[in-house]
Amino acid sequence: MAQTPKELILDPMVDNNPITLQVLGICSALAVTSSLQVAFVMALAVTAVTAFSSMFISMIRNQIPGSIRIIVQMVIIASLVIVVDQVLKAYAFEISKTLSVFVGLIITNCIVMGRAEAFAMKNPPIASFIDGIGNGLGYGLILMLVGVIRELFGSGSLFGVTILETVNNGGWYVPNGLLLLPPSAFFVIGLLIWAFRAWKPEQVEERDYKIQVVEEH
Amino acid sequence: MEELISLAVKAVFVENLALSFFLGMCTFIAVSKKIATAIGLGISVMIVQAITVPANNLILTYLLAPGALSWAGFDNVDLTFLGLISYIGVIAALVQILEMVLDKYFPPLYNALGVFLPLITVNCAILGGSLFMVERDYNFAEATTYGISSGFGWALAITAMAGVREKLKYSDIPDGLQGLGITFITAGLMAMAFMSFSGVKL
Repeated sequence: MAQTPKELILDPMVDNNPITLQVLGICSALAVTSSLQVAFVMALAVTAVTAFSSMFISMIRNQIPGSIRIIVQMVIIASLVIVVDQVLKAYAFEISKTLSVFVGLIITNCIVMGRAEAFAMKNPPIASFIDGIGNGLGYGLILMLVGVIRELFGSGSLFGVTILETVNNGGWYVPNGLLLLPPSAFFVIGLLIWAFRAWKPEQVEERDYKIQVVEEH
Repeated sequence: MEELISLAVKAVFVENLALSFFLGMCTFIAVSKKIATAIGLGISVMIVQAITVPANNLILTYLLAPGALSWAGFDNVDLTFLGLISYIGVIAALVQILEMVLDKYFPPLYNALGVFLPLITVNCAILGGSLFMVERDYNFAEATTYGISSGFGWALAITAMAGVREKLKYSDIPDGLQGLGITFITAGLMAMAFMSFSGVKL
Protein backbone atom coordinates (compact mmCIF):
# COMPACT_ATOMS: atom_id res chain seq x y z
CA MET A 1 0.00 0.00 0.00
CA ALA A 2 2.34 2.71 -1.16
CA GLN A 3 -0.23 5.19 -2.37
CA THR A 4 0.52 8.88 -2.31
CA PRO A 5 -1.95 11.15 -0.50
CA LYS A 6 -3.13 12.45 -3.88
CA GLU A 7 -4.01 8.97 -5.07
CA LEU A 8 -5.75 8.26 -1.79
CA ILE A 9 -8.04 11.22 -2.33
CA LEU A 10 -8.64 10.91 -6.07
CA ASP A 11 -8.98 7.15 -6.35
CA PRO A 12 -12.34 6.88 -4.53
CA MET A 13 -13.83 9.73 -6.58
CA VAL A 14 -14.12 7.92 -9.91
CA ASP A 15 -12.15 4.69 -10.19
CA ASN A 16 -13.26 3.20 -6.92
CA ASN A 17 -16.31 5.23 -5.99
CA PRO A 18 -17.95 3.94 -2.81
CA ILE A 19 -21.47 4.26 -4.20
CA THR A 20 -21.28 3.24 -7.83
CA LEU A 21 -18.69 0.52 -7.47
CA GLN A 22 -18.42 -0.69 -3.90
CA VAL A 23 -22.21 -0.38 -3.31
CA LEU A 24 -21.70 1.13 0.12
CA GLY A 25 -23.83 3.68 1.91
CA ILE A 26 -26.63 3.98 -0.59
CA CYS A 27 -29.39 4.29 2.00
CA SER A 28 -28.69 7.89 2.83
CA ALA A 29 -27.54 8.72 -0.69
CA LEU A 30 -31.07 8.16 -1.90
CA ALA A 31 -32.99 9.67 0.94
CA VAL A 32 -31.41 13.08 1.44
CA THR A 33 -30.92 14.18 -2.16
CA SER A 34 -34.24 15.87 -2.93
CA SER A 35 -32.67 19.23 -2.11
CA LEU A 36 -29.10 20.25 -2.73
CA GLN A 37 -28.53 22.05 0.55
CA VAL A 38 -29.44 19.01 2.60
CA ALA A 39 -27.31 16.77 0.39
CA PHE A 40 -24.37 19.11 0.90
CA VAL A 41 -24.66 19.07 4.69
CA MET A 42 -25.04 15.30 4.66
CA ALA A 43 -21.93 14.90 2.49
CA LEU A 44 -19.95 17.12 4.88
CA ALA A 45 -21.16 15.15 7.90
CA VAL A 46 -20.29 11.80 6.35
CA THR A 47 -16.85 13.02 5.23
CA ALA A 48 -16.07 14.29 8.72
CA VAL A 49 -17.21 11.11 10.43
CA THR A 50 -15.39 8.82 7.98
CA ALA A 51 -12.15 10.77 8.19
CA PHE A 52 -12.05 11.06 11.97
CA SER A 53 -13.28 7.55 12.70
CA SER A 54 -10.66 6.12 10.33
CA MET A 55 -7.99 8.18 12.06
CA PHE A 56 -8.97 7.20 15.60
CA ILE A 57 -9.42 3.55 14.73
CA SER A 58 -6.08 3.53 12.98
CA MET A 59 -4.41 5.07 16.06
CA ILE A 60 -5.52 2.23 18.29
CA ARG A 61 -5.49 -0.50 15.65
CA ASN A 62 -2.65 -2.38 17.33
CA GLN A 63 -4.39 -2.40 20.70
CA ILE A 64 -7.82 -3.66 19.56
CA PRO A 65 -8.31 -7.40 20.11
CA GLY A 66 -9.60 -9.01 16.90
CA SER A 67 -12.68 -10.57 18.45
CA ILE A 68 -14.25 -7.35 19.70
CA ARG A 69 -13.04 -4.97 17.01
CA ILE A 70 -16.51 -4.44 15.52
CA ILE A 71 -17.86 -3.24 18.86
CA VAL A 72 -14.89 -0.94 19.41
CA GLN A 73 -15.32 0.53 15.93
CA MET A 74 -19.04 0.96 16.53
CA VAL A 75 -18.48 2.86 19.77
CA ILE A 76 -15.97 5.22 18.13
CA ILE A 77 -18.25 5.84 15.15
CA ALA A 78 -21.34 6.29 17.31
CA SER A 79 -19.56 8.83 19.53
CA LEU A 80 -18.46 10.85 16.49
CA VAL A 81 -21.97 10.77 15.06
CA ILE A 82 -23.37 12.05 18.35
CA VAL A 83 -20.94 14.97 18.13
CA VAL A 84 -22.02 15.73 14.56
CA ASP A 85 -25.68 15.43 15.53
CA GLN A 86 -25.29 17.86 18.44
CA VAL A 87 -23.34 20.35 16.29
CA LEU A 88 -26.03 20.27 13.62
CA LYS A 89 -28.77 20.73 16.20
CA ALA A 90 -26.93 23.72 17.63
CA TYR A 91 -25.93 25.54 14.45
CA ALA A 92 -28.22 24.31 11.66
CA PHE A 93 -31.45 23.33 13.37
CA GLU A 94 -33.67 23.56 10.26
CA ILE A 95 -31.43 21.25 8.27
CA SER A 96 -31.09 18.83 11.14
CA LYS A 97 -34.91 18.62 11.23
CA THR A 98 -35.01 17.77 7.50
CA LEU A 99 -32.26 15.19 7.84
CA SER A 100 -34.19 13.70 10.79
CA VAL A 101 -33.07 10.14 11.37
CA PHE A 102 -30.49 10.11 8.63
CA VAL A 103 -27.83 11.78 10.75
CA GLY A 104 -28.15 8.94 13.25
CA LEU A 105 -28.00 6.45 10.42
CA ILE A 106 -24.45 7.53 9.57
CA ILE A 107 -23.54 5.01 12.28
CA THR A 108 -24.73 2.16 10.12
CA ASN A 109 -23.57 3.78 6.89
CA CYS A 110 -21.47 1.03 5.39
CA ILE A 111 -18.88 3.49 4.03
CA VAL A 112 -17.71 4.39 7.52
CA MET A 113 -17.62 0.80 8.71
CA GLY A 114 -16.19 -0.44 5.42
CA ARG A 115 -13.26 1.98 5.40
CA ALA A 116 -12.54 1.31 9.06
CA GLU A 117 -12.41 -2.41 8.41
CA ALA A 118 -10.73 -2.40 5.00
CA PHE A 119 -8.24 0.45 5.33
CA ALA A 120 -7.83 1.91 8.80
CA MET A 121 -7.10 -1.43 10.50
CA LYS A 122 -4.01 -1.87 8.33
CA ASN A 123 -2.67 1.64 7.75
CA PRO A 124 -1.16 4.48 9.80
CA PRO A 125 -3.40 7.33 11.08
CA ILE A 126 -2.51 10.05 8.56
CA ALA A 127 -3.08 7.82 5.53
CA SER A 128 -6.34 6.59 7.05
CA PHE A 129 -7.50 10.15 7.64
CA ILE A 130 -6.83 11.04 4.00
CA ASP A 131 -8.48 7.85 2.79
CA GLY A 132 -11.52 8.75 4.88
CA ILE A 133 -11.69 12.20 3.31
CA GLY A 134 -11.31 10.71 -0.18
CA ASN A 135 -14.14 8.25 0.32
CA GLY A 136 -16.30 10.91 1.93
CA LEU A 137 -15.74 13.13 -1.10
CA GLY A 138 -16.48 10.29 -3.52
CA TYR A 139 -19.75 9.77 -1.67
CA GLY A 140 -20.39 13.51 -1.63
CA LEU A 141 -19.76 13.76 -5.37
CA ILE A 142 -22.55 11.31 -6.19
CA LEU A 143 -24.81 12.91 -3.58
CA MET A 144 -24.33 16.35 -5.12
CA LEU A 145 -24.85 15.06 -8.68
CA VAL A 146 -28.12 13.40 -7.72
CA GLY A 147 -29.07 16.46 -5.67
CA VAL A 148 -28.47 18.82 -8.61
CA ILE A 149 -30.57 16.72 -10.98
CA ARG A 150 -33.41 16.26 -8.51
CA GLU A 151 -33.61 19.84 -7.27
CA LEU A 152 -33.04 21.55 -10.62
CA PHE A 153 -35.65 19.58 -12.52
CA GLY A 154 -37.93 18.80 -9.58
CA SER A 155 -38.39 22.31 -8.24
CA GLY A 156 -36.44 24.51 -10.67
CA SER A 157 -33.91 25.78 -8.17
CA LEU A 158 -30.41 25.12 -6.85
CA PHE A 159 -29.55 25.66 -3.17
CA GLY A 160 -33.04 27.19 -2.90
CA VAL A 161 -32.21 29.87 -5.51
CA THR A 162 -34.59 29.83 -8.46
CA ILE A 163 -32.88 28.95 -11.74
CA LEU A 164 -35.81 27.87 -13.87
CA GLU A 165 -38.86 30.05 -13.15
CA THR A 166 -41.77 27.67 -12.53
CA VAL A 167 -45.24 28.04 -13.98
CA ASN A 168 -46.77 28.59 -10.54
CA ASN A 169 -44.64 31.72 -10.14
CA GLY A 170 -45.47 33.03 -13.60
CA GLY A 171 -42.49 31.50 -15.37
CA TRP A 172 -42.29 28.89 -18.13
CA TYR A 173 -40.88 25.78 -16.45
CA VAL A 174 -43.29 23.00 -15.49
CA PRO A 175 -41.52 21.18 -12.64
CA ASN A 176 -41.29 17.41 -12.77
CA GLY A 177 -42.92 16.45 -9.48
CA LEU A 178 -41.78 12.85 -9.73
CA LEU A 179 -38.19 13.93 -9.11
CA LEU A 180 -39.08 15.03 -5.59
CA LEU A 181 -40.57 11.63 -4.73
CA PRO A 182 -38.53 8.66 -3.50
CA PRO A 183 -38.65 6.44 -6.64
CA SER A 184 -36.86 9.03 -8.77
CA ALA A 185 -33.74 8.67 -6.61
CA PHE A 186 -33.48 5.05 -7.67
CA PHE A 187 -33.79 5.97 -11.34
CA VAL A 188 -31.27 8.80 -11.15
CA ILE A 189 -28.69 6.64 -9.39
CA GLY A 190 -29.30 3.73 -11.76
CA LEU A 191 -28.74 6.00 -14.75
CA LEU A 192 -25.67 7.58 -13.13
CA ILE A 193 -24.18 4.14 -12.67
CA TRP A 194 -24.87 3.45 -16.32
CA ALA A 195 -23.13 6.68 -17.30
CA PHE A 196 -20.12 5.91 -15.08
CA ARG A 197 -19.77 2.44 -16.55
CA ALA A 198 -20.14 3.63 -20.11
CA TRP A 199 -17.24 5.98 -19.36
CA LYS A 200 -15.16 3.34 -17.54
CA PRO A 201 -16.01 0.04 -19.24
CA GLU A 202 -13.77 -1.98 -16.89
CA GLN A 203 -16.36 -1.48 -14.12
CA VAL A 204 -19.03 -3.42 -16.02
CA GLU A 205 -20.23 -6.54 -14.17
CA GLU A 206 -20.07 -10.03 -15.65
CA ARG A 207 -23.33 -11.49 -16.90
CA ASP A 208 -24.67 -14.63 -15.22
CA TYR A 209 -25.98 -15.93 -18.52
CA LYS A 210 -24.57 -15.01 -21.89
CA ILE A 211 -26.88 -14.56 -24.84
CA GLN A 212 -25.97 -17.22 -27.33
CA VAL A 213 -24.99 -15.89 -30.72
CA VAL A 214 -26.70 -17.90 -33.44
CA GLU A 215 -24.78 -18.03 -36.66
CA GLU A 216 -26.46 -16.14 -39.45
CA HIS A 217 -26.88 -17.80 -42.83
CA MET B 1 -56.94 -1.01 18.37
CA GLU B 2 -58.10 0.64 15.16
CA GLU B 3 -55.20 3.06 15.36
CA LEU B 4 -52.73 0.20 15.71
CA ILE B 5 -54.09 -1.57 12.62
CA SER B 6 -53.90 1.62 10.63
CA LEU B 7 -50.33 2.14 11.89
CA ALA B 8 -49.42 -1.38 10.83
CA VAL B 9 -50.85 -0.98 7.32
CA LYS B 10 -49.06 2.31 6.96
CA ALA B 11 -45.73 0.83 8.07
CA VAL B 12 -46.00 -2.16 5.73
CA PHE B 13 -47.14 -0.45 2.54
CA VAL B 14 -47.17 3.34 2.49
CA GLU B 15 -44.05 3.96 4.54
CA ASN B 16 -42.19 0.85 3.53
CA LEU B 17 -38.73 1.08 5.11
CA ALA B 18 -36.90 -0.20 2.07
CA LEU B 19 -38.80 1.46 -0.74
CA SER B 20 -39.78 4.84 0.60
CA PHE B 21 -37.08 5.54 3.18
CA PHE B 22 -34.30 3.56 1.47
CA LEU B 23 -33.29 1.87 4.70
CA GLY B 24 -31.27 -1.30 4.61
CA MET B 25 -30.46 -0.68 0.96
CA CYS B 26 -26.98 -2.18 1.10
CA THR B 27 -28.29 -5.58 2.15
CA PHE B 28 -31.40 -5.09 0.03
CA ILE B 29 -29.28 -4.88 -3.11
CA ALA B 30 -26.61 -7.38 -2.07
CA VAL B 31 -28.76 -10.27 -0.80
CA SER B 32 -31.67 -10.15 -3.24
CA LYS B 33 -30.32 -12.49 -5.91
CA LYS B 34 -32.17 -15.63 -4.75
CA ILE B 35 -35.68 -15.90 -3.30
CA ALA B 36 -34.74 -18.45 -0.64
CA THR B 37 -31.96 -16.35 0.89
CA ALA B 38 -34.08 -13.22 0.60
CA ILE B 39 -36.88 -14.85 2.61
CA GLY B 40 -34.37 -16.01 5.25
CA LEU B 41 -32.95 -12.53 5.65
CA GLY B 42 -36.41 -10.99 5.59
CA ILE B 43 -37.59 -13.19 8.46
CA SER B 44 -34.45 -12.45 10.51
CA VAL B 45 -34.95 -8.72 10.02
CA MET B 46 -38.57 -9.04 11.07
CA ILE B 47 -37.68 -10.92 14.27
CA VAL B 48 -34.88 -8.55 15.24
CA GLN B 49 -37.00 -5.50 14.42
CA ALA B 50 -39.92 -6.83 16.49
CA ILE B 51 -37.61 -7.19 19.52
CA THR B 52 -35.36 -4.13 19.25
CA VAL B 53 -37.96 -1.42 18.62
CA PRO B 54 -39.97 -2.16 21.81
CA ALA B 55 -36.73 -2.73 23.76
CA ASN B 56 -35.36 0.64 22.69
CA ASN B 57 -38.73 2.18 23.52
CA LEU B 58 -38.41 0.90 27.11
CA ILE B 59 -34.85 2.22 27.33
CA LEU B 60 -35.96 5.61 26.10
CA THR B 61 -38.94 5.84 28.46
CA TYR B 62 -37.25 4.60 31.62
CA LEU B 63 -33.61 5.66 31.21
CA LEU B 64 -33.01 8.40 28.67
CA ALA B 65 -35.98 10.74 28.33
CA PRO B 66 -35.94 14.00 30.30
CA GLY B 67 -37.01 13.23 33.87
CA ALA B 68 -37.08 9.48 33.18
CA LEU B 69 -34.59 8.80 35.94
CA SER B 70 -36.83 10.28 38.64
CA TRP B 71 -37.38 6.77 40.03
CA ALA B 72 -33.70 6.76 40.94
CA GLY B 73 -33.79 10.20 42.50
CA PHE B 74 -32.47 12.22 39.54
CA ASP B 75 -35.30 14.51 38.52
CA ASN B 76 -33.59 16.84 36.09
CA VAL B 77 -31.37 14.50 34.14
CA ASP B 78 -31.81 14.47 30.36
CA LEU B 79 -29.77 11.75 28.70
CA THR B 80 -31.35 11.84 25.24
CA PHE B 81 -28.01 12.74 23.65
CA LEU B 82 -26.82 9.24 24.58
CA GLY B 83 -29.65 7.82 22.47
CA LEU B 84 -27.72 6.84 19.36
CA ILE B 85 -25.01 4.95 21.20
CA SER B 86 -27.52 3.15 23.44
CA TYR B 87 -29.75 2.04 20.57
CA ILE B 88 -26.91 0.63 18.54
CA GLY B 89 -25.57 -1.08 21.68
CA VAL B 90 -28.96 -2.65 22.37
CA ILE B 91 -29.23 -3.81 18.76
CA ALA B 92 -25.75 -5.34 18.73
CA ALA B 93 -26.33 -7.07 22.06
CA LEU B 94 -29.79 -8.39 21.12
CA VAL B 95 -28.55 -9.76 17.82
CA GLN B 96 -25.75 -11.53 19.68
CA ILE B 97 -28.18 -12.98 22.25
CA LEU B 98 -30.62 -14.04 19.56
CA GLU B 99 -27.80 -15.80 17.75
CA MET B 100 -26.80 -17.72 20.88
CA VAL B 101 -30.40 -18.65 21.78
CA LEU B 102 -31.12 -19.88 18.27
CA ASP B 103 -27.88 -21.85 18.24
CA LYS B 104 -28.76 -23.57 21.53
CA TYR B 105 -32.49 -24.25 21.18
CA PHE B 106 -33.39 -24.09 17.49
CA PRO B 107 -30.42 -25.44 15.52
CA PRO B 108 -32.30 -25.82 12.19
CA LEU B 109 -33.42 -22.20 12.32
CA TYR B 110 -29.90 -21.16 13.33
CA ASN B 111 -28.43 -22.96 10.35
CA ALA B 112 -30.88 -21.22 8.05
CA LEU B 113 -30.55 -17.72 9.48
CA GLY B 114 -27.08 -17.88 11.06
CA VAL B 115 -25.16 -16.18 8.27
CA PHE B 116 -27.54 -13.24 8.16
CA LEU B 117 -27.62 -12.36 11.84
CA PRO B 118 -24.27 -10.51 12.04
CA LEU B 119 -25.25 -8.58 8.90
CA ILE B 120 -28.35 -7.31 10.66
CA THR B 121 -26.45 -5.30 13.26
CA VAL B 122 -25.30 -2.91 10.57
CA ASN B 123 -28.59 -2.95 8.66
CA CYS B 124 -29.89 0.61 8.67
CA ALA B 125 -33.49 -0.62 8.65
CA ILE B 126 -33.11 -1.82 12.24
CA LEU B 127 -31.54 1.35 13.63
CA GLY B 128 -33.84 3.40 11.41
CA GLY B 129 -36.90 1.70 12.90
CA SER B 130 -35.78 2.62 16.41
CA LEU B 131 -34.99 6.20 15.40
CA PHE B 132 -38.40 6.65 13.75
CA MET B 133 -39.98 5.28 16.92
CA VAL B 134 -38.16 7.98 18.92
CA GLU B 135 -38.94 10.76 16.48
CA ARG B 136 -42.64 9.95 16.29
CA ASP B 137 -43.08 9.50 20.07
CA TYR B 138 -44.61 6.04 19.92
CA ASN B 139 -45.80 4.49 23.16
CA PHE B 140 -44.99 0.86 23.97
CA ALA B 141 -47.96 -0.69 22.12
CA GLU B 142 -47.37 1.44 19.06
CA ALA B 143 -43.65 0.66 19.13
CA THR B 144 -44.34 -3.09 19.19
CA THR B 145 -46.80 -2.83 16.30
CA TYR B 146 -44.45 -0.61 14.35
CA GLY B 147 -41.51 -2.97 14.91
CA ILE B 148 -43.35 -6.04 13.67
CA SER B 149 -45.04 -4.41 10.71
CA SER B 150 -42.08 -2.40 9.46
CA GLY B 151 -39.97 -5.56 9.61
CA PHE B 152 -42.67 -7.37 7.65
CA GLY B 153 -42.75 -4.60 5.07
CA TRP B 154 -39.00 -4.87 4.58
CA ALA B 155 -39.22 -8.65 4.23
CA LEU B 156 -42.01 -8.27 1.68
CA ALA B 157 -39.98 -5.80 -0.36
CA ILE B 158 -36.79 -7.88 -0.46
CA THR B 159 -38.70 -11.06 -1.35
CA ALA B 160 -40.50 -9.33 -4.22
CA MET B 161 -37.22 -7.85 -5.39
CA ALA B 162 -35.54 -11.27 -5.38
CA GLY B 163 -38.41 -12.66 -7.43
CA VAL B 164 -37.95 -9.98 -10.06
CA ARG B 165 -34.18 -10.43 -10.14
CA GLU B 166 -34.41 -14.21 -10.59
CA LYS B 167 -36.28 -13.61 -13.84
CA LEU B 168 -34.19 -10.62 -14.79
CA LYS B 169 -30.92 -12.51 -15.08
CA TYR B 170 -32.08 -14.12 -18.32
CA SER B 171 -32.77 -10.82 -20.04
CA ASP B 172 -30.50 -8.95 -22.42
CA ILE B 173 -29.49 -5.79 -20.58
CA PRO B 174 -27.09 -3.13 -21.93
CA ASP B 175 -23.56 -3.69 -20.61
CA GLY B 176 -23.33 -0.62 -18.40
CA LEU B 177 -26.66 -1.32 -16.71
CA GLN B 178 -25.77 -4.93 -15.96
CA GLY B 179 -26.04 -5.85 -12.26
CA LEU B 180 -26.23 -2.82 -10.01
CA GLY B 181 -27.72 -0.37 -12.50
CA ILE B 182 -30.74 -2.40 -13.50
CA THR B 183 -31.32 -3.39 -9.88
CA PHE B 184 -31.70 0.27 -8.95
CA ILE B 185 -34.11 0.94 -11.77
CA THR B 186 -36.17 -2.12 -10.81
CA ALA B 187 -36.25 -0.91 -7.23
CA GLY B 188 -37.43 2.46 -8.50
CA LEU B 189 -40.32 0.88 -10.38
CA MET B 190 -41.24 -1.15 -7.28
CA ALA B 191 -41.15 1.99 -5.17
CA MET B 192 -43.56 3.65 -7.58
CA ALA B 193 -45.89 0.68 -7.30
CA PHE B 194 -45.76 0.88 -3.50
CA MET B 195 -46.52 4.60 -3.65
CA SER B 196 -49.90 3.82 -5.10
CA PHE B 197 -50.82 2.37 -1.70
CA SER B 198 -50.65 5.84 -0.23
CA GLY B 199 -54.34 6.35 -1.01
CA VAL B 200 -55.22 3.48 1.33
CA LYS B 201 -56.70 4.80 4.58
CA LEU B 202 -58.29 2.71 7.29
